[in-house]
Amino acid sequence: MGNPILDTFFEETEELLESLAEGLESMQGAEFDKEIVNSVFRAVHSIKGGAGAFKLNALVSFAHSFETVLDEVRSETLELTPQVMHTLIRSADHLTDLVDAARSGRTMPEDVSAGFLSALEACLGEGKIEAVDAWDNFEFAAVTLDIAPIEEPGEAAPEAEAASGSQAGFTIAFKPHATLYANGHEPALLFAALADLGQMTTTVDLSRLPEWDDLDPTVPHLSWTIALRTDESEIAVQEVFEFVHGLCDLVISPLADPTPPPKVEPVPVVKAAPVAPVAAAPVAAPEPSAPKAEAPTMSDRAAAAVAALKVKADKAEDAEAKAPKATLRVDLDRVDRLINAVGELIINQAMIAQRLQDMTTTRDDDLVMHIEDYRLLARDIQEGVMAIRAQPVKSLFQRMSRIVREAADATGKAAELVTSGEGTEVDKTVVERLADPLTHMIRNAVDHGLENREARAASGKPAMGTIKLSASHRSGSVIITVRDDGAGLNRPKILEIAKRKNLVPADAELSDSEIDQLLFMPGFSTAATVSNLSGRGVGLDVVRNAVTALGGRISIATTPGQGTEFTIMLPLTLAVMDGMVVTVGGQTLVVPITSIIETIRPQPSDLHRIGTDETLLSIRGRMIPVVDVARSLGFPSPDNLAAPLLLLVESESLGECALVVDGVQDQRQVVIKSLESNFGSVPGVSAATVLGDGRIALILDPDAVAGGRTAGMHMPNILSNAGRTAYANV
Amino acid sequence: MSEDSVKSEVEFVTFSAGDQSFSIEITQVREIRRWSPVTALPHAPNEVLGVMNLRGSVIPIYDLAARFGLGQTPENPRNVIVVAMHGGQTVGLLVEAVSEILSVSRDQIQETPDIRSEMARQSITGVIPIETGMTRVIDLGAVLHQAGRTLQ
Amino acid sequence: MTLKVLAIDDSKTIRELLRSVMEEAGFDYTSAVDGVDGVERYAEVRPDIVITDINMPNMDGYGVIDAIRKGDIDNQVPILVLTTESGDKLKQRARQAGATGWIVKPFDDVSLVSVIRRVTGIG
Repeated sequence: MGNPILDTFFEETEELLESLAEGLESMQGAEFDKEIVNSVFRAVHSIKGGAGAFKLNALVSFAHSFETVLDEVRSETLELTPQVMHTLIRSADHLTDLVDAARSGRTMPEDVSAGFLSALEACLGEGKIEAVDAWDNFEFAAVTLDIAPIEEPGEAAPEAEAASGSQAGFTIAFKPHATLYANGHEPALLFAALADLGQMTTTVDLSRLPEWDDLDPTVPHLSWTIALRTDESEIAVQEVFEFVHGLCDLVISPLADPTPPPKVEPVPVVKAAPVAPVAAAPVAAPEPSAPKAEAPTMSDRAAAAVAALKVKADKAEDAEAKAPKATLRVDLDRVDRLINAVGELIINQAMIAQRLQDMTTTRDDDLVMHIEDYRLLARDIQEGVMAIRAQPVKSLFQRMSRIVREAADATGKAAELVTSGEGTEVDKTVVERLADPLTHMIRNAVDHGLENREARAASGKPAMGTIKLSASHRSGSVIITVRDDGAGLNRPKILEIAKRKNLVPADAELSDSEIDQLLFMPGFSTAATVSNLSGRGVGLDVVRNAVTALGGRISIATTPGQGTEFTIMLPLTLAVMDGMVVTVGGQTLVVPITSIIETIRPQPSDLHRIGTDETLLSIRGRMIPVVDVARSLGFPSPDNLAAPLLLLVESESLGECALVVDGVQDQRQVVIKSLESNFGSVPGVSAATVLGDGRIALILDPDAVAGGRTAGMHMPNILSNAGRTAYANV
Repeated sequence: MSEDSVKSEVEFVTFSAGDQSFSIEITQVREIRRWSPVTALPHAPNEVLGVMNLRGSVIPIYDLAARFGLGQTPENPRNVIVVAMHGGQTVGLLVEAVSEILSVSRDQIQETPDIRSEMARQSITGVIPIETGMTRVIDLGAVLHQAGRTLQ
Repeated sequence: MTLKVLAIDDSKTIRELLRSVMEEAGFDYTSAVDGVDGVERYAEVRPDIVITDINMPNMDGYGVIDAIRKGDIDNQVPILVLTTESGDKLKQRARQAGATGWIVKPFDDVSLVSVIRRVTGIG
């Protein structure tokens, strides 16, 4: 951490960019709402202000242009045409990039910024954006004390300018208006500042004091004449009066001026209060309550404003988001250390529970109960700790609307993103690691999912394609769906591509869902088959790997003519999951509970062999494939294949299938440990965990095992499965 | 290379694997542990014995002899695991025995002679003459990188 | 006596920057996040000087000046306006609204502190 205030700036900017994006979104297609435009303007304005303090010049100058256009929109001198709206949204994207660049100390290529700048200029017509004076090359210089000729030329005597060369000093005639006092100025302070410049003699003119009875306390009646001996220039004297121009009559002339003001009564003043030499002149400090009794008191005003605010907040849909809760900033490392410790606590609990179970001597019911309490407490702590890392998916979703825009621009399609469930909370790491896969899926949805304009028109769909992105919690998992309203998957074409790429034999006959699964095969999607946009040499197999690495699953559903939906199912936390501890080929493995439907020990008559080494299980009138987990992982196969213990699991690639295991040991919560950090990904295995005895057990990836995506199984099982499916259907 | 760095001393941990002497720079070594049973990984090559629990993290254990094509290290209670760090990864190397800490100046490290085994050539950065012959300086990165690729 | 400063700005960055400058100068610093908050804090804190941003949600800087000038708590307190523009139009507007002076962002510590001392006569 370098400069904590700079950190604050970037943190704040992130929020501002978020509200900027949000505001621009609600500006789209809605009635002109001044408050929203204002908030958008303010966001850009604040970014500019903060950036200025840190000399982030590229950011400042772009924000300035952006703000200028927004200001015109705000004052309704610039009409919010779709073209202008588009420019604003893209400018927000660019501003985001500039912030990122500034944060990482990079600079954006100038031509990129120039492009965005000219788009902004185009909104206003040429020359409307003034260069950011003082900003372009500012040093941390100045409270700009500009002494440019003042707005009321009549009040400054012309001779003032002529006198600037005088070395001897100045005569200053000064007569405050009521506003001078009202604005919080004190003549005494001005005189004190003048006294700093040289030697000073002050005379007060009481001649205009009215009779006592006529005295209006709100009108000042005093004026002063000051003789200042100084070597300073007139500019220095002007500076003293900088803030009071227009609030007083002020004449500054060279001291040589022989004509003294009339009716002087010399009063030597150095720092004495010039106010009220007689009791009759309370000009400088009117009685607090005297004037403007009709004006509402300040606290009333504030109360009214607050009341208005509250009404607004109540009206807002998302009242929760508007009322900021007290928060605590904590170093992420500390949270992670805590999470690790809780993980160890849970392992420790499991160990004790196991020991207790192993003790065959006297069963102590109290102890059993305490251990159960211990387990529940450990879970509570763990949930609480994990909640610290939970984050709404909102920021992730917001980034996606940009992806939709870019993809739509690049493909010439019209597309909008509709999101729901942005408040759904997910572990921070999941939010971070989901960004790339989600980006890819969204691009895909625009690029491949949506038809082009002609095709949409032909099928009677609105020209604007819709990408729906939603998040929700369902039974301990987070569900994220990406749905387009396009034409649906073109299965004949997918099959054709797969055959051409030798991913399946030329004569393969696949079911619809098997064809859909081909999209996830490595090598299916390459730069040659997908457009430049979604391609980038990355296929859906990479998306699936990323999701699997997070302990999740991904599936497709498509309806011809109506669109395609991808569903990502993720565990709520990355740290802990419920697992079934099983033995396979002599090894202890953990199978995620979420994927297990039931365990069964079938009758031999329910098992049907096909060919030399394939087996089908007949259950509830259906045939489902039996997968020998040990063999697919390269472990020694169990001998009892005649009457195996089966775990019925739900897999994305095959639907239900049965995994052969040697035995079930236990069902428990396990702490997930990454294999990747010190090794790499292992096919068929999603992660590892530490068991009660301190040894490591691998966590099975049922999808990979069922789908045959394990090393050593060279050809994906999908082919033989296809054969089986065909057989089962006969 | 400046005069100073030529003269500066470097320390190596030397150990034997497959009856040969190997060494890694001491700065890469975290600790030396007694052998304890590991959990096998599916379809792992011979040289990847499996994974072990090191105070809560999962670390892979490589059989160094197998890695250099010298055959699987036979089980022996004297075997030890050298826990080393490389590029943020913590790994364990199974070796027959740790021999000594060797302190040499950089100019004592000789370039690897032209040997035929490509794998050995890539994984050994140099050799240091010692009393009993020589010790091979291991490039941990190359060892891990290639092992990882084998599994993929 | 310790000078009490109230700063009103919706930007946390600016508030933090001001805090560091004000505390460095030995002033007693309080901040508020928008106009309404500012006016409320003003009543509580009774500062010797107010520094306010113009563009803020809920109540802008002019609203703040108006509320203080028309209020009954020390309504002639010096109020400095923080602005990103140095144009005469803005100064004119600020003066009309009742501001005592202005500070152009980005500000530097020394001039900021000296302006504060100048308009308050404290310190």
